[in-house]
Amino acid sequence: MSVSLSQDDVLKVASLSRLKLSEAEVNSLGQQMGSVLKYIAMLDELNTDAIEPMAHAIEISNVFREDELQTSLPREKALSNAPQTDGNYFLVPAIL
Amino acid sequence: MSITSATASELLAKMNSGEISSEEITSACLDEISRRDGSINAFLSVQQEAALEKAREVDRKRKAGKPLGKLAGLPVALKDNICSEGVTTTCASKMLEHFVPPYDAHIVEQLKAADAVLIGKTNLDEFAMGSSTENSAFKTTTNPWNTAYAAGGSSGGSAAAVSAGFAPLALGSDTGGSIRQPASFCGVVGLKPTYGRVSRYGLVAFASSLDQIGPFARDVTDAALILGTIAGKDRRDTTSLDAAVPEYTSTLEQPLKNLKVGYIELLHEEGLHAEVKEATLRALDVYKSLGAEMVPITLPHAKYCVATYYIIAPSEASSNLARYDGVHYGYRAPHFENMIDMYAASRGEAFGDEVKRRIMLGTYALSSGYYDAYYLKALKVRRLIRNDFEQAFQSVDIIATPVTPTPAFTIGELVDDPLAMYLADIFTTSANLSGIPGISIPAGMSKNNLPIGLQLLAPPLEEERLLRAARMFERETDWHLKRPV
Repeated sequence: MSVSLSQDDVLKVASLSRLKLSEAEVNSLGQQMGSVLKYIAMLDELNTDAIEPMAHAIEISNVFREDELQTSLPREKALSNAPQTDGNYFLVPAIL
Repeated sequence: MSITSATASELLAKMNSGEISSEEITSACLDEISRRDGSINAFLSVQQEAALEKAREVDRKRKAGKPLGKLAGLPVALKDNICSEGVTTTCASKMLEHFVPPYDAHIVEQLKAADAVLIGKTNLDEFAMGSSTENSAFKTTTNPWNTAYAAGGSSGGSAAAVSAGFAPLALGSDTGGSIRQPASFCGVVGLKPTYGRVSRYGLVAFASSLDQIGPFARDVTDAALILGTIAGKDRRDTTSLDAAVPEYTSTLEQPLKNLKVGYIELLHEEGLHAEVKEATLRALDVYKSLGAEMVPITLPHAKYCVATYYIIAPSEASSNLARYDGVHYGYRAPHFENMIDMYAASRGEAFGDEVKRRIMLGTYALSSGYYDAYYLKALKVRRLIRNDFEQAFQSVDIIATPVTPTPAFTIGELVDDPLAMYLADIFTTSANLSGIPGISIPAGMSKNNLPIGLQLLAPPLEEERLLRAARMFERETDWHLKRPV
């Protein structure tokens, strides 16, 4: 397990995270993530080969409900917090 | 006892006898807020007009003898990551500075149905990530006992509001200790229910397998009262549990017979403050004097809780916070080159340091090549942690531990050392990882006149037992009667 993050590592994770970072942030995050990862490495002490992973503490599965028609959020309410809208759609910068 | 230091139950009794009106109570709280919140900074917004209007409506209904909800006329403060229709819900983030939810959270519906007076939205660490509210984009909440000290976090605003006399009741959320730790720091009762006991619908998601909503109150009775109004199955949160909600207040005064209290050997080497250790040992003596049996237990994987938590919580956060894309709601950067750059610039500009740190950690832990080593490993250790509790609860009814290793730290003390701040969660994260309920109750004061809490833990869905055990302690002590001067 790696215990420190290079600038390239940080930039790769930032890109996956869709986060634009300043140079100062890249440096400090590299150090801080490194120290947290170093601490986290203590889990390596444990042999967990035979242990099932547990995603939820209270394990429930297949929560069904009746398939009933319900009113959904009206369009103007759904759009009410949009940074940019034409009243019908969310507007985004041109992709193509 | 004055209006602003009384408990919710005392205020309800006075309203029912006609001695006082909800409008008088609400006005007293609002006055206290305007007089002192400039130095405490518990609130991000106060809904003065709406609160007074609701209070008058309740007063009219009460006078006319109409049926009233269980919290009729009581001011309640909401952590600002709980959606309330038409009321700005910021999560203390620039990302959601102007976000006005188009719907109510399930618990807000429940509180409204119970005729509560929603008085304001409280400060938190941005997106509930932190232990001091210092990560709020807008302000830092101070400890009402001494404003040089932190109120704790992330629900620091809610804890401070109840402690300072701004509201008799408040709601918060607890992902790794965010209700219990600030409750301990501010000298109030804070309860994290079983995962799924309270619907998370309308709670802005941080780490969905750990998040749980719960109350702050001035005593155990009030915590039981409000838990009864917010608990229960809600079809909009599929993880909410379909289990009957007991009348928590009706059994509260019945002491538990043949109570077995589990405790762990407390060591100074774990960074445990001597005064916290003393308060915990004194609390065990109180139970002993009540005839409870003290049973030493071991939680062999307890020391791995923080490491496990700081993989799982950031991983889930990195996924949950992907929704802030500058498209559907929230901040959009003014300048960008293309679509991807718009996402990255908006998120880079609007998220604070801690949120970025956790998104980065989580993305790293989930990324190709690291998934097995970090995330999958943490999920396996999580099972070992839960197994420890299952084992322990075979021989004990409740477990008593400190809430935090130290009393409140000063503002600024840990803010530049993320790992040190994370390690303060050593006693609280285990309840979230294993889904069990936990409560923090006032159990001492430090030499510096700062509150010290005691944490009690119980098996899943045993809130009734937890509250009764907490009430047994409360009846024998007067820590819960102390108020900041």
